[in-house]
Amino acid sequence: MEFVKQYWAPLVCGLVIVAVLPLIVGYVVLVERKIMADMQARLGPMRVGPHGLLQPIADAVKLLIKEDIIPEDADKLVFWLAPVLSVAAALLAIAGLAIGPAFQIAKDVNIGILFVVGVSAMGIFGIVLGGWASNSHYSLIGALRSSAQLVSYETAAGMALVCGLLFAGTLNITSIVEAQRNQGIWFGLLAPVAFFVYLVASIAETNRAPFDLPEAESELVAGYMTEFSGFRWSLYFLAEYTNMIVVASVATTLFLGGWLRPFSETHWLNFIDFLPPLLMVGIGVYCLMRAPKQPVRVQQLFMLAVAGLCFAVALVLAAPVLVPIIKPSLAAVVKPYYEGIHGGFWFVFKVSAYIYFFMWLRFTLPRYRFDQLMRLGWHFLIPLSIINVLLIGIAMIVGQYFHLVGWSLLLTTIPASIIALIVALFILATEQKSEPQKASGAAPDSYA
Amino acid sequence: MLDQVIFYLFAAIAVVSAILTVTRRNVVHSAIFLITALLATAGIFLQLRAEFLFIVQIILYVGGIMVLFVFVIMLVNLDVAVRQLQFARQKWVALLISLALAAQVGLMFWSTGKMPGQGVPVLAAAPADKLPLNSEAVAEQLFTKYLLPFEIASVLLLVAMIGAVVMAKKRT
Repeated sequence: MEFVKQYWAPLVCGLVIVAVLPLIVGYVVLVERKIMADMQARLGPMRVGPHGLLQPIADAVKLLIKEDIIPEDADKLVFWLAPVLSVAAALLAIAGLAIGPAFQIAKDVNIGILFVVGVSAMGIFGIVLGGWASNSHYSLIGALRSSAQLVSYETAAGMALVCGLLFAGTLNITSIVEAQRNQGIWFGLLAPVAFFVYLVASIAETNRAPFDLPEAESELVAGYMTEFSGFRWSLYFLAEYTNMIVVASVATTLFLGGWLRPFSETHWLNFIDFLPPLLMVGIGVYCLMRAPKQPVRVQQLFMLAVAGLCFAVALVLAAPVLVPIIKPSLAAVVKPYYEGIHGGFWFVFKVSAYIYFFMWLRFTLPRYRFDQLMRLGWHFLIPLSIINVLLIGIAMIVGQYFHLVGWSLLLTTIPASIIALIVALFILATEQKSEPQKASGAAPDSYA
Repeated sequence: MLDQVIFYLFAAIAVVSAILTVTRRNVVHSAIFLITALLATAGIFLQLRAEFLFIVQIILYVGGIMVLFVFVIMLVNLDVAVRQLQFARQKWVALLISLALAAQVGLMFWSTGKMPGQGVPVLAAAPADKLPLNSEAVAEQLFTKYLLPFEIASVLLLVAMIGAVVMAKKRT
């Protein structure tokens, strides 16, 4: 039994994640297209299934049966290896994440968050080698841009993470969330500037708009993915969206309280526990209301099935909250289930909100020019994050001196964050003054 | 038993890919095998339960240095002939240095049982659950016992960084 628990349970969990993740990613893509359509006053995919709900499966089948083209002059082995490397790194990073207090594949890893960050950073080789192996100019330039971008923004992201880790005092993911529970405040509130830096850097690291320079279709066709088709291309796509989930999970864990409910230690706000089941009931009722309006019988049935699923999830979410109220004697039995189920809900909810923010930005902001991107990284975000780490450290020492914990620590960290922001803006302003010709015109850049 | 299997697996991967790194003609292939060698070394660190070194190896060498390597290789597309000429000159010096290194390592293993206080120290394995937390242990050693070397190394890196910036600024 012990052997099964130690070796086979994580293995099975890992296999399940590898099997289910493409499906999740497919639906994230569908949600992204729907959000894009909503923001552009369109309907988005509507043909396959009710409201296009089966679109991801149709897309996956299409990608799998597409012809697999390898360019004549490509380096065959590296061309084959590159997309696999990207996906492997992204999937491996998932192993370190904790979705709830009990659900983590690599349990209690001492280096927790470093593992996730370090392993997911290896995915860059997939991009660089893929761009090189295709033996095409567009691909190579896309790959070079991407590696330059990732290396520069990783520094800022790492420094932002250091800020959060200063408060946590540990690298272990479970302990980081526990630290936020004990201090009663999310580290994103304690270090808003660090959270902001991580937000921007994580968008750049996942090559998302407005920083999607490596695959800027107006200049580079599709960047490093130009020569890839069918299944290989979908592997890159899978890696990109998995990376999005990974950075969103890291941000959630470190800055947004992981699987903790908002105000998890404030007991008079316990009614928040009823919000998740109510939300699911609301969605289910909406689906029921929409069902008769569907044009085709199959679509009506599908809509009813979705409603049923929502109600089932609502029941699962409501059970651990309602059981202790009805039968107080069972409270201790239900407690771990409550933590697992509601923890999972809040984690997924926060990750989804973070990813929604990514999508929102994508359809709101125009793409940066390459030299603007580099200047933002090197002249603003990196100085800002370094100064922020320094000042947050000082703020923590001052806070310790006055015995400030939890919310009262905001008294010292917020001024520190504001000073860091002002100093960084000042640095940016002096940089612009000293190089006026570069700031106005297009910079001479060999790979821009 | 499992430990030994894992160790020999990673060691074999490291040695084979290190050999391939120097024998491949294509620079990018060499870089890929160097990455493999570094990853295998990281695996050995993990097998020794030095998680912190494992992840530092991956973040610094694989994620940082090798990315820059590959970046430079792609920017500076070396001609095949130039490549061969450039490396041919160092062949004998390299051979001499590696022989000296091999002799040193061999001597260390040879002296292990024979001379007291010399060679490879043989330590009893600590039970895995009684080890101190890895990153904490490293930090404690680094900031107490080895503070001065640590600071000197940091200053050295800073000097190199500033030097690089100054040199880059001069050219534009």
